[in-house]
Amino acid sequence: MFSNILIYFVVIPVLMLAGLALTRNIKQVRAVAVVGSTALLALSGVVLYQFLQLRAAGNTDPMLMTGSWSWFEPLNINLAVGVDGISVAMLILSSIIVFAGSFASWTIDQPKEFFLWLVLLSTGVFGFFISIDLFTMFMFYEVALIPMYLLIGVWGSGKKEYSAMKLTLMLMGGSAFLLLGILGIYYHPAEGGQYTMNLVEIARQGVDRGWQYFLFPMTFVGFGVLGAMFPFHTWSPDGHASAPTAVSMLHAGVLMKLGGYGCFRVAIYLMPEAANELAWIFLILTGISVVYGAFSACVQTDLKYINAYSSVSHCGLVLFAILMLNSTAMTGAIMQMLSHGLMTALFFALIGMIYGRTHTRDIREMGGLMKIMPFLAVGYVIAGLASLGLPGLSGFVAEMTIFVGSFQHADLFHRAFTIVACCSIVITAVYILRVVGKLLFGGVQNEHHRELTDATWWERLSVVTLIVCVAVIGCFPNFFNDLVGQPFQTTFASIIDVIK
Amino acid sequence: MDYSQFLVMSQELGLIAVFLLVFLFDTFAPRKALSATAPVVCVLFALFTVVNLLLPCCCCGSCTVEPQSAFGGMYVTNQALFTIKNILNVGVLVVLIQSIKWVNGPDQIMRRGEFYELLLVTLFGMYLMMSSRHFLTFIIGLESASLPLAAMVAFEKKKYESHEAAIKYLLTALFSSAILLMGVSFVYALSGSLYFADIAASSLETCPLLVVALVFVLAGVGFKLSLVPFHLWTADVYQGAPTSVTSYLSVISKGATAIAAFIIFALAFGEFYSEVWHWMLYAIIILTITIGNLFAIRQKNMKRFLAFSSISQAGYIMLGLIACSPAGLTAMMYYILVYIFSNLAAFGVIQAIENNTGKLSMDDYNGLYKTNPMLSVTMMLAMFSLAGIPPFAGFFSKFFIFRAAVEPGTTALYVLVLIALINTIVSLYYYLLVVKAMFIKPDEPVIARFRSALSERIGMWICVAGIVILGLASCFYSDIAAAVESGFNSLL
Repeated sequence: MFSNILIYFVVIPVLMLAGLALTRNIKQVRAVAVVGSTALLALSGVVLYQFLQLRAAGNTDPMLMTGSWSWFEPLNINLAVGVDGISVAMLILSSIIVFAGSFASWTIDQPKEFFLWLVLLSTGVFGFFISIDLFTMFMFYEVALIPMYLLIGVWGSGKKEYSAMKLTLMLMGGSAFLLLGILGIYYHPAEGGQYTMNLVEIARQGVDRGWQYFLFPMTFVGFGVLGAMFPFHTWSPDGHASAPTAVSMLHAGVLMKLGGYGCFRVAIYLMPEAANELAWIFLILTGISVVYGAFSACVQTDLKYINAYSSVSHCGLVLFAILMLNSTAMTGAIMQMLSHGLMTALFFALIGMIYGRTHTRDIREMGGLMKIMPFLAVGYVIAGLASLGLPGLSGFVAEMTIFVGSFQHADLFHRAFTIVACCSIVITAVYILRVVGKLLFGGVQNEHHRELTDATWWERLSVVTLIVCVAVIGCFPNFFNDLVGQPFQTTFASIIDVIK
Repeated sequence: MDYSQFLVMSQELGLIAVFLLVFLFDTFAPRKALSATAPVVCVLFALFTVVNLLLPCCCCGSCTVEPQSAFGGMYVTNQALFTIKNILNVGVLVVLIQSIKWVNGPDQIMRRGEFYELLLVTLFGMYLMMSSRHFLTFIIGLESASLPLAAMVAFEKKKYESHEAAIKYLLTALFSSAILLMGVSFVYALSGSLYFADIAASSLETCPLLVVALVFVLAGVGFKLSLVPFHLWTADVYQGAPTSVTSYLSVISKGATAIAAFIIFALAFGEFYSEVWHWMLYAIIILTITIGNLFAIRQKNMKRFLAFSSISQAGYIMLGLIACSPAGLTAMMYYILVYIFSNLAAFGVIQAIENNTGKLSMDDYNGLYKTNPMLSVTMMLAMFSLAGIPPFAGFFSKFFIFRAAVEPGTTALYVLVLIALINTIVSLYYYLLVVKAMFIKPDEPVIARFRSALSERIGMWICVAGIVILGLASCFYSDIAAAVESGFNSLL
């Protein structure tokens, strides 16, 4: 079991949990967090390297580095792991954000408990991305959800109790639908199929056609709640605004990607026929997400709310592109997940750092920060530009691919919705430039702000890591396009054929 | 009469031996030695539990109990029954350990022997109830499982609530027994036999009398399991009874009755009548889960809170019966096992706090993490497990019982499971209220720091270990599944 490299994505966090339980002071906690998150980052690098080696050697299996160990044998439940290009990309994204998040919470209160929950959350995230068994996938999904309650409730700010409860209940509500969907998928394989929980097996034998129309909405809504699909997005602004910095980063950066990834990997991959016929319903909903999120961000005055609504818009775009069901748009969706994950984590890190100094997040009470804290201000400008899709940064690559892919549909419905979704780029520019202008370049609003200091070394490390990643994706899009696009040429090609 | 057939009842005989030893110790031990009563009982019962767990492996070498019957088939034993009795034994052991401090309290100390004797008699009744294949033995078992409990509920004789609860419990128990007996006599009138096998084989036409009979049997069992609408006694009794008795009532008694209900409905009314009771049970499950949950939200007293939570948990347990399959029984037994540990962890904390500070209100738990971190963490794990949050055992038991319930594949069952799933979200809300009080509420802690007694800590450690290990280690589920597999066909 331990000869499979992927299993270490779960083993390292578990060791970190054990290590954290033994720590006695903040220095030891920091040591465990830094060592662990660096190890995870290194591990994802190694996995990427090995993955590329295997693909270069001509291995075209849908999932590589697979392993499967029997767990609940009477129930056909296995601990099955495996990755394709998409999961590798997600693993890299998660490890980068866990790394940056550890540094962003360098001076948190009650560090031991905080990191225990944070690491439990990342155990769930990593476990989810490596699993190819429906049961373990679902289990890790829920493991990632529950720590949010305490992370927001204890370390959050503002109306944290309300937000924490709302977020937990809504996400768990989504997972209730999901569980039923999973049971349905298990019990209703296409004719002649075996009962199995293994994703690849299920995809090969298919799901019963009649049941698909019931199970596809179940699973899509289940994951869509976490992907902030309209009208199930209301947990997201409150949750993100109340959460502490590192939690906002992880949640918007990684956890919301679980939703998009799950929609794609479970709902669409396993049930392409139903997806094809029912996609229009969800296209309308996600289209609303995209535009509504962007408009809402325009009228907010709290920095975190602005960014949370912007996340609703961007994550809406992920689901929107997935539902286009062609390889270009879906590649764009995965790119958007990567791009949005990094960019929004950067945003939340910077907002947390600014809030830590000014003790306000209201843009009306701040101004002229470019003079006071130039490093953070420049970071904010870069994040903003990435968000509104400036070429050379990650946002442009992703959104361009999505819209080109979406426009490939020849019918009026898809084209009209693509045009509507395209408008969100303009609205994004409006709210980003408004904040940047007001916050960074206006006059100093509060004389006390003049005495504030710029970023410390650990904050700089966190911010620089994320900026570098955003720029790398923007400057070398081909590498990432090939990595995440390859499955659409091989594995999912058959699904896209089904749809055609 | 062939007296060797008593040997088939080896577990019951062992229990009676423990009972007699406790009784003799209590009666004849010198006054000085009496302070050791509680530890002695715990050790005796621990021995009994361990011997039961190991016995089939050591004596027969095959690790499985051969299906056997005695008294003309009125009593049977097999691997599945053996396993569920072992599961209950472990739960009872934890209850005994947790109750040591309370039993040695000033009001109870003179009567501690009686407490244990009553408890062991009820356990004997539950054994008999599950093993019987004839309504006569079943009712004997049921009565000896429920009447001594009334005395246990009234055990704190200086407390008004304890008496009130006992009267309520006694009257409901008698009333429900009467209804059950009525139902059984109707069944007898129709089929002419009280053997489960004969009733199943007589394949009666569906007639109004049969429907009434099934309604009465279901209602009688429903009272014992506190299924809605037969649940009205539960909250008051749970609140008034001593906490040790409440925990016993909520896990052991409920678990045993649930298994007995499964056996009656699967065996006696299985193939031919299931369409008659299936829809009754369907409605009862929905009502039980929903109403239990909705009432639990409003509770401020921890014991009342857990009373309503346990009502809704009983609804989940009954999902195993609606499937009426080996997978259903396995999931049900596993659910009971996990539920025993999770609920006893919660009651262990409540009991420790009650014993040391006398506080029982949820508001008193505000800020508990600051003063008593270990208790708070135990309580949190219990709440997460009850709510079904992975990686704790409750998640697995919930998943498996849902899985068993949808196995027949009808749309109605999917709807039922969906309703149950939505209810888990409601239950998550109120379980999180406890977590919120302990970890998040900013108020000054009400409960000062204290050190709980060794026995309380041991009890909680066992429960925490159970909550963490039972789910992740699949061997427990596999063992139960194997036991049911070998025993299900031979249940008759």
